Parts: sequence; C-alpha cells; structure tokens
Amino acid sequence: MRTTVLGAGPAGLYLSILLKKADPRHDVTVVERNPPDATFGFGVVFSEETLGRLRVADEPTFTAITDAWASWTTIDIHFGGELIRSHGHRFSAIRRTKLLGILQRRARELGVEMRFETEIAEVAELPDADLLVGADGVNSLVRRAREFGPRIEVYPTRFAWFGTDVALDAFTFAFVETEHGVFQAHAYPFDEGTSTFIVETREDTWQRAGLEELSEQESLAFCEELFAPVLDGHGLLSNRSVWLAFNELRCKDWSAGSTVLVGDAAHTAHFSIGSGTKLALEDAIELAGALGRHEDLQPALVEYELERRPIVERFQEAARQSAEYFEEVPRHMGLPPLQFAFNLLTRSGRIGHANLSLRDPRLVRRVDAFVGGRSALSPPPLFAPLELRGLTLRNRAVIRGLDEPVGAGLYLSPMVAVTPEGRITPDDPTDPGAWDLDRIHAAGGAAMLVLNHAGARGACRPRSEGIDLPLREGGWPLVSATATPHTRRSATPAALDEAGMDRIRDAFVAAARRGAEAGFDAIELNLAEGYLLSSFRDGDYPRSVVEAVRAVFDGPLAVRLGDGDAVPDADLVHVAGGKVKEYRRGHLTAASDRIRSEAHVATMVGGYLDTLDAANTIVGAGRADLCILEPAALT
Amino acid sequence: MRVGVGLPTTTPGADGALLVDWARKAEAGPFSSLGVLDRIVYDSYDPFASLAAAAAVTSEIKLATMIAIGPVRPAAQLLKGAASVQALSHGRLTLGLAIGARADDYEVCGLTTKGRGARLSDQLAELRDWDVSPVVPETVKERRPELLVGGNSGAALARMARFADGYAHGGGPPRAFASAATKARAAWTDLGRPGEPALWGQAYFALGDEQAGEAYLLDYYAFTGPFAAKIAAGNLTSPRAIRDFVRAYAEAGCDELVLLPTVADPGQLDRLADVLA
Repeated sequence: MRTTVLGAGPAGLYLSILLKKADPRHDVTVVERNPPDATFGFGVVFSEETLGRLRVADEPTFTAITDAWASWTTIDIHFGGELIRSHGHRFSAIRRTKLLGILQRRARELGVEMRFETEIAEVAELPDADLLVGADGVNSLVRRAREFGPRIEVYPTRFAWFGTDVALDAFTFAFVETEHGVFQAHAYPFDEGTSTFIVETREDTWQRAGLEELSEQESLAFCEELFAPVLDGHGLLSNRSVWLAFNELRCKDWSAGSTVLVGDAAHTAHFSIGSGTKLALEDAIELAGALGRHEDLQPALVEYELERRPIVERFQEAARQSAEYFEEVPRHMGLPPLQFAFNLLTRSGRIGHANLSLRDPRLVRRVDAFVGGRSALSPPPLFAPLELRGLTLRNRAVIRGLDEPVGAGLYLSPMVAVTPEGRITPDDPTDPGAWDLDRIHAAGGAAMLVLNHAGARGACRPRSEGIDLPLREGGWPLVSATATPHTRRSATPAALDEAGMDRIRDAFVAAARRGAEAGFDAIELNLAEGYLLSSFRDGDYPRSVVEAVRAVFDGPLAVRLGDGDAVPDADLVHVAGGKVKEYRRGHLTAASDRIRSEAHVATMVGGYLDTLDAANTIVGAGRADLCILEPAALT
Repeated sequence: MRVGVGLPTTTPGADGALLVDWARKAEAGPFSSLGVLDRIVYDSYDPFASLAAAAAVTSEIKLATMIAIGPVRPAAQLLKGAASVQALSHGRLTLGLAIGARADDYEVCGLTTKGRGARLSDQLAELRDWDVSPVVPETVKERRPELLVGGNSGAALARMARFADGYAHGGGPPRAFASAATKARAAWTDLGRPGEPALWGQAYFALGDEQAGEAYLLDYYAFTGPFAAKIAAGNLTSPRAIRDFVRAYAEAGCDELVLLPTVADPGQLDRLADVLA
C-alpha cells in the first residue's frame, strides 16, 4: 500500500511512523512545505491521559519525548493582585521543534520518505497513492480538494502566540484590567528555561487598545508591559507573533473516497484547553490502528471516524465553553479571587467540585470555607447557608413542591394564581393559605410562595395532558397586555385596560398578604414564561406590581425572569428559560451567571440539575446562589 | 427495559406473506413491541396498513411507529390511520411521530418541508383531542394511543415535552442515547410536565447474512452521503454486540428498545429471540 501524507506536523509524522512500523512494506511519503528545522510555534502541551496511548503505540518515541519534556502539576491564577495556586493537575509540554525532531528521526529510521521544502499548489501534484492523508493543519489544502463539508466559526477574540525565557513552574493564567478592557495570558513551560505565552483579549478591547495599528515589535512591547509582574523582569520572544482570531473547524466528513483528514485539518479546539496536539496524535493512533485491522480502505476510514468523532466533539464542546468563558471574562472581574479561580477551573464543564476535590482538596476546602462564611471546616457550597433580606436559608438547595421536607433550604410552592382567571389550568391553586407549612419549618426549611397570573396562557388543560392545550369546556375569558393569542390554538385574550391592570395589581398584593399570613417566608412573582406580567413589553407595569408587593411584604422578594429581561429591584432573580434552544443538564446556568454578574443580584437557577455535584460547582463558582434540584439528585 | 423488534416493512424482499408471518412469530417471541419505520419514496410498505395486518394476527404485542412522518399526511388522515390500527389491535398502538429526514418524501406528496415542524405541532394538538375528534371511531374514542415525538433539536424536544407522552430516539451508541435522554428530561421539566417522559430507543441488527444487512443500510441511508457507512457500521451483528447494547441502553434509562431487522428473513427473529432469552 502506498500512502502520501501532506504535512509533517505531529499528526502527519506520527501517523507515518505507526503505518511504517505496522508494515515495513508500506510505502509512506510525507510532503512538507517547510524545512525540517523550521522553528515557529514554541511549546505544545499534553495531558497525562495521552501518554499511556503513546507508550503502547510506539515505545521509542514515547521514551524520547518523555526524556525531553517539562512536567508539572500546578495551575497558577494571577488575578486582582493575588496568586491562587491549584495543585494536583497533570500536564507535560515539549518544545515543538524538539517534538518534530524526535518524530522525524524515528520516521527516518523506519524508512518513511520525507520531502521537506516542497510547496504544493494543488493536490494533483502529490505522488499517486492508495491513501492520501491531509495532515496539513487548519488551512488544509487537502481539505479544500474534496467534499468534507467543513464549517469554520471565527471566535470574537484575538490572540498572539509569544514565548518567554521565564521558567514558569505552572500552567499560568494571568488577567490584567486596562482602560481598554481585560487582557489574559495563557502560559506554560516547555523546557528548562522557556515558556509559551499566549496573550488574548476580546476583539473590541483589541481595537480600542489600537493593537491593529501596531507592528509586531510594538505589540510585543505592549504585552510585555501589561504582564510585567508575571514576566518578573523577563521579556517576551516573538516568532511570527501576529494577532489572530481563532477558527473553530468542524467537518461533516473526515474522509472522502481514498482521502482522509487528521488533526487540525479535520477539527480544531480552542487553545485554552490545550488539546490540539493530543487530539492530533490520538487521531494518528486510531487511524493507523483501523488501517491495520481492515483489509479494505473504506471500513477502516469509517471506523477511524466513528471512533474518534465523539471524543473529538466532546473536547470541542469543552474547548468552546472554555473559549466563551475567556470571551466573557470581563464579567467575572468582580468576583473575589478565590471564587474567580474556582470559576476558571470549572469553566469547561470537564472539572466540577467533586473532581477538583480529588485533585486539589485544599483549594476546594478553601472555596467551601469561602462560600460557607470563612469557617475553616465548611460543608460543600450547596450546604452553605444564605442570607436573603433577613431570612437565613440553611442551605442552597431548592426543591419544587411543599409536600415533604427533604433537608433543602427552600421549598417552592406551585404557581398560585392571584385571581381565578389567572389560573393556567382549572386545577391550579388560588389560595396561598392552602398549605400546612409547619413540617417544612420544623425541618429548618423555608417556603416560597410563587404568584402568577396566566394571562394569554390561561384556561388550559392539566399539564399531564400537555402544555398550552386550551380547555374544551369550562374555560374562561383571558386577558393580556394585547389581544394576541399565545399559540395558534389558543383563545384570543382581551387587552387589559387601566382598571383591569389596577385590579390585577391589587390581586397580587392581596395574595402576597395572604401568603405572608399563611407563613410563607418568601414570595416570588413570575415575570417570565409568556404569562401575564411578561406580556407587557415595556417593564413599567410589572415593575409597579413588584413595587406594590414590596410595599406590603418585607421578606425576601424574588422575580422570575427570562434571559435578557430587565431586572427590577428584587432580592433574588429566579432564572427561567427564555427561548431555550438547547436543552441539557444546566442549560440555564450561563444565563444565571450573566444576570448575577451584570445585575449584581442573587440568582436561583434550575435547568435540570440532577446531581449535587453540578449544584456544588455552580454555587462554588458564583454562577448562582440557589440551585433548584431535580428529584433524581436526591436518590 | 422492554425490548421490541421491528417489522421489516422497509427491507427489500419482504412480501406481504412474510410480514404477516413475521408479526405472528414476533408475538410468540420475547418481544414487547413490533415497530415500523416510515419512508414514502422507497421500496417499502405503509406503516399503518402494515400494523393493521399485524394487529389481525396478534393479540398481545404492542404496535409502534418508530417513527411515522407526521406532516406528509393530512392530520385527519393521520388520525384515521392511527385510529384504525388502534381499533383493529384493541388499543395496542404507540404512535411515534417526527418530521422525517428526506425532502423527497414531502415532494412526492405534493408538499414542501417548509413549516413542517409547526404542522407536526398542530397534528399533535389534534391527537390530544382524540376523544372528541370527528374522524376517530367511537370504538376507540376512550383509547388514545401513547404519543412519542422524535428529533434532536431544541424545537423538537420542546414539541415532545409540550404534546407527547415520551421521546423516540433516532438510534446511535448508548452514550448518544444517554445524552438525548437527559435533554428530553430537561425539556420535560422545563415545560412543567409532571413525571418523566417515556424513553424509546432503536437500533439495527443482523444475525447472519450481515452483508445483506449492510447493503440495505447503505441503500436506505444513501441520501445521507458518506454518513450511510457510519450507520451501517453500527449494525449489531453478533449476540455479544446485541447483549452489550441492550444492557447499556437499559443503564441509560431507556424504557423500550426496538431492534430493527436489516435482513427480512424470519430466521433472524429466532436468532434474536435466542440472544435475548
């Protein structure tokens, strides 16, 4: 079999090594535009998990690589004048030229033909082969020559890739606030005396800082000054260090006929989780393995993609969340350093409270203590008390329903309609005094009354039958801000006049009074989800309802809001689904994080939290103050 | 978890006699349901007519569309077909609906794919009015079939949670099912439905003659381009693969897994029954 590989980066070289090693009769040619000793790029980073696979795949390269690299277990976070160190992580990095040198030597030893400094304008110029491998990076020529269905998304941040002769001893994140906005550095050591140092910022900040106009040297000087405290008197090194926007690449197919893509040519993941080289080498291992297991090319290429795609997509998703975190980092600049660090470490969803407790129990204990009010021995964040306008909740766990105390801090009533016409279904309660709250109070819990007026979503069948299905009989006239039906099947409501609005405001006030008398500790007003109060596009009327209830109820007052709604003056925002496009565990967490940091208000969030770990991570990272748990989290 | 088996209505070479015989055999086996696919422009049979025939020769096994393409049929006709199967089977129908994947199925019916999601929602709302529908016969007015909705998008999951009793997953490795199940439950909770959605899964199998099974899948999914090869590679072709798959789906919270034949040979049913025994 004859294989031509375009691109002598880690993916192309490693694949060639493995193919040649598996069958010395295999004719493998690597074609590369650059000379063998081209030096751009500084260090590349691996996680520990890759390494076992490298050892099994080819012991000699594994030994050579591990002899040459830097390994460390610490992440340093420089933020707000403090340094937070997190231990127990495992990273290794190696100078890129050194890695390529090792791979080139091994490839040569095995008889791989390598043609350097061979510029190719089109794929037809490559030697004929049974298999053509595109290992030629994110701007792959091979990918453009066939139908792979590539989609590229350009991220709205800019970054420049520098080196430095500071010998860092940790994966280092540093954040600097300037008059233009926030800049962050991602840095890691890759040998005795050198580190990779990537500077990143939002595009608008980058423009305001005038970096577009600066030369490479001037940019470097700008960044040196910005990060002088971290650089500790050392300078930055430049090597084609121009400002770039990150391109996230996904391909519908990774192979087309007898052509296949590996590494960055097939997929990219934002550098902030440091997975590019790892994914490239694993691609090579899987592709070489699949080619060895199958006589025919097609089943091998299918198996390679089937095996790799789900893994790669998980990393891409984590990398995307990580990139979004860095894009939105200005929002988090108000967090206390310890919580900022925990938020950063848990940004991609791959590490949570439980996982970090194993890696770095001391840091997690400090986070627990911070959330728990600084006593040295504190339970996990979910179990820290919360003070809300004079009410102390014993913990951050919230349960829907008032039936059975289960140890939560807060129990939510079903939605209580403030008038009979404001019911969603005929079964909905209208009397805030309908519950015996003694058992909840006796168990140390607090109860929150949720008040609602269904508006255009009223007079529907019970939720067990479906949502927004109008009653067939026994319905009642609906009211809303305008005469607009909620769905095509819904009845058209009458537009409320001033008198009607006053009457309903009074009904909210009366229900709040009754609720307080009945022993509810807190009250929530639903200003979201398409019900009456959310149908008023300008916020004046709902705000007047909040104020009127505030005037008669002095306990904690919460408002339920959708993502993007204006936040009225309240003690707590219950973040509800706006136009949810994607459902998953924690699908409302990002909205909660945004509202909490922008409006500086305590938030309560659900969004299908079916594990205590998810809730501990959310509260610990300051993404919400209260978490509504699913029943599955308690079993 | 219950395990059902497919009726080979879209598998080449299956004639009417074979389908009827297959249904009889399936009822005698360890299967909880008999599932059908739906494709208009293909060498295949109508799902409701096929389930009606199956209903006539069985008495216990559930009959399920996994899924039927709702919007290619007028709502009244969809209800009429479903109600007829429901009557002939004495209430054994589970009606899974989705928008389908192929534009040509719509074109050949004189429709476009535009607005098909909203049309499916309207159909589901009408199905919820089963007991007062003028097209549903009196004999089954009190026996609305269980409704499932399929699809991966946020809109499809919201539609499922809004109108259906459960979710029909489109197939894939257990990890993909587990992730879809979490999404379905999240949508269900988000819309305020009490309890949990029923979760149905499906997978292809061939026990013996797997080349024929592969050829069928490559052909059936040819419209997806190279993706067909990936679906074909997922065909479960050994007892071990089926057992592992069934176990993993059960762990992922699946309520009913329908194993769809890729080879229309009744011997496949016997071998599958042995594997599941």
